Formats: sequence, C-alpha cells, structure tokens
Amino acid sequence: MNLKPTRLRMCGNWVLDRFPLAQVWNEHMAHYYAPKNFNFWYFFGSLALLVLVNQFVTGILLTMNYKPDAKFAFDSVEYIMRDVNWGWLVRYMHSTGASAFFIVVYLHMFRGLLYGSFKQPRELIWIFGMLLFVALMAEAFMGYLLPWGQMSYWGAQVIISLFSAIPVIGDDLALWIRGDYVISDATLNRFFAFHVIAVPLVLVLLVFMHIVALHEVGSNNPDGIDIKKSKDPWGHPVDGIPFHPYYTVKDVVGVAVFLIFFATIIFYMPEMGGYFLEHANFIPADPMKTPEHIAPVWYFTPFYSILRAIPDKFAGVIGMGGSIVVLFLLPWLDRGKVKSIRYRGGIYKKALMLFVVSFIALGYLGTQPVTPLATIMARIFTAYYFGFFLLMPIYTRWEKLKPVPSHLTTQPTLEERIPDMIAVFNEVIETKSVTTEEGTTELKKHFNPTGAKNVLIRTAKNLKESLD
Amino acid sequence: MINESVDKSKRQFLTTALTVVGAVGTGYLAVPFLSQMQPSVKAMAAGAPVEVDISKIEAGQLIRVAWRGKPVWVLQRTPEVLATLTTLDNQLSDPQSNQSSQPNSSKNPARSMKPEIFVAVGLCTHLGCSPTFRPEVAPHDLGADWKGGFFCPCHGSWFDLAGRVYKGVPAPTNLEVPPYRYITDTQIIIGEEEKAA
Repeated sequence: MNLKPTRLRMCGNWVLDRFPLAQVWNEHMAHYYAPKNFNFWYFFGSLALLVLVNQFVTGILLTMNYKPDAKFAFDSVEYIMRDVNWGWLVRYMHSTGASAFFIVVYLHMFRGLLYGSFKQPRELIWIFGMLLFVALMAEAFMGYLLPWGQMSYWGAQVIISLFSAIPVIGDDLALWIRGDYVISDATLNRFFAFHVIAVPLVLVLLVFMHIVALHEVGSNNPDGIDIKKSKDPWGHPVDGIPFHPYYTVKDVVGVAVFLIFFATIIFYMPEMGGYFLEHANFIPADPMKTPEHIAPVWYFTPFYSILRAIPDKFAGVIGMGGSIVVLFLLPWLDRGKVKSIRYRGGIYKKALMLFVVSFIALGYLGTQPVTPLATIMARIFTAYYFGFFLLMPIYTRWEKLKPVPSHLTTQPTLEERIPDMIAVFNEVIETKSVTTEEGTTELKKHFNPTGAKNVLIRTAKNLKESLD
Repeated sequence: MINESVDKSKRQFLTTALTVVGAVGTGYLAVPFLSQMQPSVKAMAAGAPVEVDISKIEAGQLIRVAWRGKPVWVLQRTPEVLATLTTLDNQLSDPQSNQSSQPNSSKNPARSMKPEIFVAVGLCTHLGCSPTFRPEVAPHDLGADWKGGFFCPCHGSWFDLAGRVYKGVPAPTNLEVPPYRYITDTQIIIGEEEKAA
C-alpha cells in the first residue's frame, strides 16, 4: 500500500526543509539530557522565564493606557486601576510580578551557592546570570519611577544621586542621566523608554546567552557530579534524562504551585503590607517634600542597608556597588574542590548559613528607619557580607571534604520517610492504656519528656556531624 | 599552490583601514546620540530667579519656595539660635564652609547675608533627599545632643540651623546656599547674585 502524506504533513515538511525547527527542539528540549536528580531548587530557572513572559504581556497591555508625562502619569495609573476594564488585574500582575521576579531569582542564585553551579565549567553561565540580575535591577528601578508617586520620585532622586558621588565626572553623569537639573518630566520620559524597550531587549538577549551557555556545558545537579563522564552505548549520559518530557512535566507542577501563591497575592494582598507597593507611592510626587520615611522596595533593601551603613558618601556608593561586583567574582573566589554542599566541609555550610542570615537581616534593616542601634547592626552584617566573599579564598582551602560518589545519589522520597517520622512521633508522644474511674480502659496520649530529649539530642548530633 | 601567491598584506591593510574608518564613524555618531540625552535648551532656560517676600515670616518659621524645581528654604532665625551656632564648631565637619558651596556673600559663620535670614537649597548633599526641619532642642527621637537643625530621614545626616553638617554622618558637605540678593529689606530674589558694588 502506498502511504500518501497528508496535506498537513506536507506543509510541515515544507517549513522544516527551510527552517531547522526540529533540530532546535531536539537540541534544547527532546535530546537535551539533564541530570535525573533535580530537586525543589531547580524549579526557579523556568519560573523566572515564566515571570519574564508575564512582565512582557502585562507590560505591553499597561503601555496602552499609561502616559509617560509628569502631568498625567500618576492619574493615568489611577485611570488604569479604576476605569480600564480589568486594568487593576493587569497592573497588579505587573507589580506583583516584579517582586515575584526577585523572589524567584534570589532563590535561583541561592541554588547556585548551594550546589556550586557557578564553578568550572559554568563560570560564564554565572556571569551572564549576574548581568541578567543587574539588568533586572535597572529594569525594576526605572519601572518604579513610572507611577510618579512620592516613593518613585524620591527613590529615583537618591539612586541617581549615587552617580554624582563618583569623583570628577559624577555631577555631569547624574545630569546626563536625569536630562534635567532635578528629576523631571525629561527623566520620566527617558526611563519609560529604557523600561519598555532598551532594557527588555538586553534581558532577552542575556536570557538567550544564559541558556545557550548552559546547554553547551550541561546542567549541574544537587550532587555536583559531571553526568557526561559515564555514558550508555548510545552516547547518552547514564544519569541523564531528556529535558522534554521529564522536566517540562516536572516544571508544570512547579508552575502550578507558583501560580497559587502568585494569584493569592494578586487577589488578596497586592500591596503586601507596603512591601510590594509602598504606601507613600499612593501620593503624587512632590519635589518640595521628602516622605518622613523612605525606603526602596524590598528587593533592593539589602544593598541599600550597605549604603547606609557606611558613614561616607563615596565609600558608601563603592560599598553598595562592591556588594554586587563581588558576586561576579564568586567563581574565582571559591577555591573549594567540590561543587555540591552535600560533600563540602562544615566551614562552608556555616559560612553560607551566616551569609543567608546577614542578607535577610540587611534586607530587614533597609526597610527600617535609621537608629544608632540599627546602624551598628547593619555595619556588622555588612562586614559579614563582604567577609563571606572576600575571605573565601582562605577558608575554602581549609575545608574537610566528604567523599564524592561517582554516580548520582537518590534521596529518600517522602513516602520512604514516613515510617521514620512515625517512629519519631511515637517516641515523643507515648500512648498508654489508662483505667478510668468508671472501670473502662482508654488509650491516652502522653508527652514523653525523655523521648523528646533523646530526639533532640540525636538531631543536634546529626546537625553537628553535618556541620563538621 | 594558489594560496602561496596571494598577497595577504593588501587584504590586511584594507581590513585595518575599514575597521579604523568604521570606528571613527561610530564615534562621531555617538556624539549626537549621547548628547541628545543632555538637558534640552528648554530645560536649561527654565531656571528663572524667584522673588520671595520675607516680611511675613515669623521668628523661628521656615518657608519653602521652588527654584529650578528644587525646594529652597527661607528661615527666620532667633538670636538664641544664632548664639548656639557658634558653640557647635567642634562637632561639625566643615564649620568654616571651606569645602561647601555658597556665594561669597554667605561665606561666614551664620552662612547668610543677614544673620537672621537663612536661605538654603533644601536638598541633602548626600543623596538629595529633602531633610526635615527639626528646630526643637533635644527631642526624644534624636537624643539630648540635638541643638535644633535639619535631619535627613533617608540616611540619617544631621545639619545645624546654618545648614552645616555634623561629623560622622553620610553627607559630605554643608547644605548648598543658592545665589540670592536683597531687593528691599523685606524682599529677596533667589537665583541672582549680589552685584559687585
């Protein structure tokens, strides 16, 4: 029998003869082999891509009603919120998306610190990722000016003034950025241009480079082992599985969970208590009066804290810039021979834990007003922030490494963990049969102090062993 | 072999020449592109001087006027305030205003043409927030050392009532005093210097 190709297939072949669609799909999805042991931390790359798409779609819709003019900007945002059909939804998706972007990206970066994803041969992936982070901060900062509220205005005033601290060229540079002697209509208009076209183009280009570089060297994994070392007879890594369908399906689960949180925030707490949209930004910009308490949006506060902690204008700006620059150098600061935290020495685990504490503490202090105590705290945490990175070449040499397995390990699943959890529960809560006054016997649950003590001691021992 | 007879030096010369010409052309094109982001002629022309009537300001009162889009303060200082100013010198980082920006007519301990009337640009010299006016002595949130002055809530800089910056705060210099002159005893004009007599 002669199988005649259908018309649809003929159309498909016509395209494929002229454009290597199948090849691109195979190279990056169907035949891209990723390690089989990706865990929770590996959701955030694809989620970042999802948020980027969200920002593009909602951003394009917002530009249809927004007016980048100092006279009309504030009112046009209110117009979007009140009079445009579903305008409130689109605007909240965009503003919540900005914060979600940073949550996802910070977790994505922390994954890199956990599993050594920045180490040889993935240094360039880290560099492209850091450039993405800087571009994202620029994008978020310029976007925040657009509603032309009090926080927009004074936040931009402070950040642009940072450039004027640079010796010799500083004042002219700040003037050039503003396009006026103060933040004005000219500044708003050009920030709009950067926010909606220039920086998004850079972001797309960098995402492309980030992924191309990743797919060239292959993904890292929670064990930090190179899966390309052992291959099956067909040349596929034994420990690898094709990205599609395995990880596309896994990521769909991550997307669903993410969207639950995202939708909850959009519908029930879009301002997030003043952290996602600051209260002072509901007042139109007033160049005559700074709000009593100004703070940047939460995702800038760790770096803002570092700026405030240093009691000198130029040194403060250098400190703030340095806190970003030092991240770029991470692949060369870390001299540890092993990638994953699972096999790294306790000194790195402790250092990383303290780093997380100081990053969050700096973030919190940045949202608070300046007091003498807060300044001292901010100085301690700033010192630790830089210590973590700059002392890395020294302390990572002292690490007592654990043996690295030759193949990927499997962690126990939740189901497999349940018997152990039940055993612990039974140790802490004792069940006794008690005879009541009426003569019947009842099963009663009691808290067992010795059992609880034993569990605590075991946990502490395990923790200490892991941190040594 | 054909390759051996190719004279690559001519090709190399043409490539280098094209690169250099291209780079120069790009450089020339960058000038209009970059300088169109400079303040426009209209923005530069917008800095007209502002007249302020100071007859209605009460002792200890501060008024704000807009000049070139910036807040400018006019403060009427009492004799008590002027007396405390002289006691602060060792707590200030630039008491004589040598590093700071002011017209020559205001380069004196009180930083003003007439001691009672203080005029300053109300933007912190650190990162450009507008400091708050805190004339009261030793309020509970600023501590017992506070002699009255300006407090910048953004980054915690302190200034006295002559706009002079305290030591150990982020702001590097004293508040800027704009050019101004008296038209009459009760009227000043901000943005114009005293004409040399």
